[in-house]
Amino acid sequence: METDTITAISTPVGEGAISIVRLSGSAAIPVTAKLFEGKNLHDADSHTIHYGKIIDPETNEVAEEVMVTIMRAPKTFTREDVVEINCHGGMVAVNRVLETILEQGVRIAEPGEFTKRAFLHGRIDLSQAEAVMDLIRSKTDKAMSVALKQMDGRLSQLIGRLRQQLIETVAHVEVNIDYPEYDDVEEMSHEMMRTKSKEVHAEIEHLLEVAKQGKILREGLSTAIIGRPNVGKSSLMNTLVQESKAIVTEVPGTTRDIIEEYVNVRGVPLRLVDTAGIRETEDIVEKIGVDRSRKVLEESDLILFVLNYNEELTEEDKKLFEAVQGLDYIVMINKTDLDQKLDLEKVNEFAENKPVINASLIKEEGIDELESAISETFFAGDIDTGDMTYVSNIRHIQLLKQAKQALEDAMSSLDMEMPLDIVQIDVTRTWEFLGEIIGDTASDSLIDQLFSQFCLGK
Amino acid sequence: MVYDAGRYDVIVIGAGHAGVEAGIAAAKMGAKTLMLTLNLDMVAFMPCNPSLGGPAKGIVVREVDALGGVMAKVIDKTYIQMRMLNTRKGPAVQALRAQADKPLYIKEMKHVLENQENLTLRQGMVNELIMEDGECKGVITETKAAYYADNVIVTTGTFMRGKVLMGDLEYESGPNNQRASIKLSENLEGLGLEITRFKTGTPPRVNSHSIDYSKTEIQPGDEKPQSFSYETTEYIMNQIPCWLTYTNEFTHQLINDNLSSSAMYSGMKRGTGPRYCPSIEDKIVRFNDKPRHQVFLEPEGRDTEEVYVQGLSTSLPEDIQHDMVKTVPGLENAEIMRGGYAIEYDAIVPTQLWPTMEVKDIPGLFTAGQINGTSGYEEAAAQGIMAGINAGAKVVGKEPLILDRSRAYIGVLIDDLVTKGTKEPYRLLTSRAEYRLLLRHDNADLRLTEIGHDYGLINEERYNQFVEKQRLVEQEKKRLSKITVKPEEPVQEMLKNANGSPLKEAVKAYDMLKRPEVTYEMLEGVIEKDDNLPAIVKEQVGIQIKYEGYIKKANEQVDRMLKMENKKIPDNIDYDDIDGIAFEAKEKLKKVRPLSVGQASRISGVNPSDVSILLVYIEQGKVARTAN
Repeated sequence: METDTITAISTPVGEGAISIVRLSGSAAIPVTAKLFEGKNLHDADSHTIHYGKIIDPETNEVAEEVMVTIMRAPKTFTREDVVEINCHGGMVAVNRVLETILEQGVRIAEPGEFTKRAFLHGRIDLSQAEAVMDLIRSKTDKAMSVALKQMDGRLSQLIGRLRQQLIETVAHVEVNIDYPEYDDVEEMSHEMMRTKSKEVHAEIEHLLEVAKQGKILREGLSTAIIGRPNVGKSSLMNTLVQESKAIVTEVPGTTRDIIEEYVNVRGVPLRLVDTAGIRETEDIVEKIGVDRSRKVLEESDLILFVLNYNEELTEEDKKLFEAVQGLDYIVMINKTDLDQKLDLEKVNEFAENKPVINASLIKEEGIDELESAISETFFAGDIDTGDMTYVSNIRHIQLLKQAKQALEDAMSSLDMEMPLDIVQIDVTRTWEFLGEIIGDTASDSLIDQLFSQFCLGK
Repeated sequence: MVYDAGRYDVIVIGAGHAGVEAGIAAAKMGAKTLMLTLNLDMVAFMPCNPSLGGPAKGIVVREVDALGGVMAKVIDKTYIQMRMLNTRKGPAVQALRAQADKPLYIKEMKHVLENQENLTLRQGMVNELIMEDGECKGVITETKAAYYADNVIVTTGTFMRGKVLMGDLEYESGPNNQRASIKLSENLEGLGLEITRFKTGTPPRVNSHSIDYSKTEIQPGDEKPQSFSYETTEYIMNQIPCWLTYTNEFTHQLINDNLSSSAMYSGMKRGTGPRYCPSIEDKIVRFNDKPRHQVFLEPEGRDTEEVYVQGLSTSLPEDIQHDMVKTVPGLENAEIMRGGYAIEYDAIVPTQLWPTMEVKDIPGLFTAGQINGTSGYEEAAAQGIMAGINAGAKVVGKEPLILDRSRAYIGVLIDDLVTKGTKEPYRLLTSRAEYRLLLRHDNADLRLTEIGHDYGLINEERYNQFVEKQRLVEQEKKRLSKITVKPEEPVQEMLKNANGSPLKEAVKAYDMLKRPEVTYEMLEGVIEKDDNLPAIVKEQVGIQIKYEGYIKKANEQVDRMLKMENKKIPDNIDYDDIDGIAFEAKEKLKKVRPLSVGQASRISGVNPSDVSILLVYIEQGKVARTAN
């Protein structure tokens, strides 16, 4: 029977109090254990529940605080090892967990696949077989229509264009192979193949980058406010909250009490995470040293660094500048209503090319400038929120990542000077992965391409 | 009145490239076999180009040889030129191509047929099949001879209701003015077989004395001796070159001016021709921006002056053909000996066949070769040997033989035909194979000799040689994995000369060979050498090690494919009984009747959800049986 491991969000899409990610298959427990910070789940007893965190192993970031239920075969719904991960409600957290699991090579379940497995393993009564088939049919139709709706017309056009570029390249290699004496077309070279691969690779990377931006729009930028004591961090936060009339949500989980504050600044959602943490950053550098504080700061998408106009630049400020170097940050000089003691030239020097805003929170000055700086930092240049080719569907992102990986395999074969017919295997796979996104996997189209692109004889 | 002309185990109708392989395979397996052909002087005739092999096709010739077929051995004795193609590409796409001596090929093949034990070769035109209770039980010829057999293999090529077309001339004919087979085609149609109409074409042949070769480019054969068959030990060293020239604007203008007089462009509805082998008219119409097209001049044999004008396939009227040929450099004074023509013929819709080549609705009847909608001598031979083996298997009580897509190009070919059918004459291309890295020229023996031996087509002597080769390959790989290569002077020097980076630390010889720039021969220069190792073993070891990572990846894909291939669909399945499957998919499944879920998933119009439901339904059947 199928031995690969599948996963899906198994609670209804929407804003339930909790969402559950379910895994089934032999890798369900090992994969969860690998991502889980808490008890060692490898030896966990069947039908037990455990509190901990799901950590993204690539970034070491906490994806979500969770409760994990371990159920070992055969006494499970599918009669395989099953893990259920309870996350907080809403789509953000649960999607983050699902993405982290998919990164581990677990496959996203087909519509109705858990039930299908339950049936195939004899878990479901014979009389239910037909219901299972109905379920697969209806879920597939529904999934199809949802997938189509989710698919932006521009995205499908873009993918179609990338595929066309790839298939022309592949057809070119094929024609060199199948018609070696055909001299109308120059022999495809490693250099030509490399150029083409790089082009497509860059486009896929761009799509994934935009997907990340899309994710930011959905989830908010995790934002930290730092600065020495009494520079006005709390006032800044309160100002931002009041300005945007943000909802201050209190999510009383079963296991923790954490306050996340969402504010919306000119279309940029900021997630002011862990407000307690912001207060603690008062002595962040002193407390944990530059290296470690930097690690904490790196987890933020945006840092608001507050200085006092009325005080000279201190050693502590310099250490903070050191800690934020290379990250996305905005310097806000507060208290411009008081006398200037701060050396602005020095500040500008330290801040390199990052925005420096003068403000007086008490007089409500400089807020607008800060808000523009925030919005410009994230949507500068080529990213236009109004006209964005969105890749928000997790399946699409996953396929894009697979396509990118396949193309990278091809590129590394190129670097090793492997023959082009070997390189071409991975280029074809890239083409197939992209095809899955737009639901086009017909293999005959290569042959059609071959004959329409080239006039072939011998 | 018909007369009883005897009883056989297997009857093969036709002695073309499919027929000879079918007849010989069945006879070798011990079946008493009769081969009927219209003209004994034309067995294994090549009505089109005088060459065998090439990409994909050349590998098929080797596969047929590894299964115990004859095509490879006969061409090895009769070629006028042999070339390895794609030598600068990877091992997966290299392939041999031979220019054949057409008359000699026929002569040699006839000799093989006449001396095959259990095989009777006889001239005769079959008009109809003998049917009994819906099963095929023999054939009746136009001379009223009734031959009886439980297995009949039809390999009639392009002869069925064949029609030759040249300008406005058209007449019933097989290729090269042989008699067309009319009654058999009507008989098969009457038995309910679905027939389609295809066409193909051939160019004029000119007299070699009338060619000015100084205006063309020479295309010689390889100097290195090579062979198709794994048994061949003698090579023909005296090779004859081919020549390359080009069409030009005058050729194209002439054709454009006379397009409406071409049989295929006259507006009449005609059979479907192949895109990969277009007529010169097609090339000029579809690619009118090309200033020139290649024309290869290929000798038809050593003892004939006829030269095949590859690239000028046409159905233009004869007078235009004369003018057209003269526009081509080198052919200004060329004398046409035979004109080009198109031929239209009946083909069987191949989805009516099981993958064994047996007709689904007529037990005992097999079809193979061009009649199944393919083109090419090699594709025909491949189907012929499989039909012969499966007919023979029925006679001697062996399991049917079906090669999967990862085992052989033959498997790809037959699976495509019986699962997807074909809308144009089908030609094998390397791009049709998903696992072509596994389907190499060099390893056809490793893939298929064991099977050929199991079915009694490979004799003990050859089999033992094969087993020994396998042993040597494994032994050498093991040896290389134990030898350490140190970063010392001769090694670094060798790497430097090959533009490789120097060794930083000692490595195993095995891993050294994985470097793209290191060949087995280079490695031999710096490690202890095994002088007794045959060249083919070294070649095999080199390829297996160098491409190990890629081969492993391909094998993982094959494992996934085979999982679905091994889920068999019960033969009594009633698709109408399965509610969840979409209507279109049901119709396709009912028609194709796939043997496995894997095969079902390759039918166009059958979606993944249909496959899912099919799986559930089949499992349900199993559960039901267990419950009972």
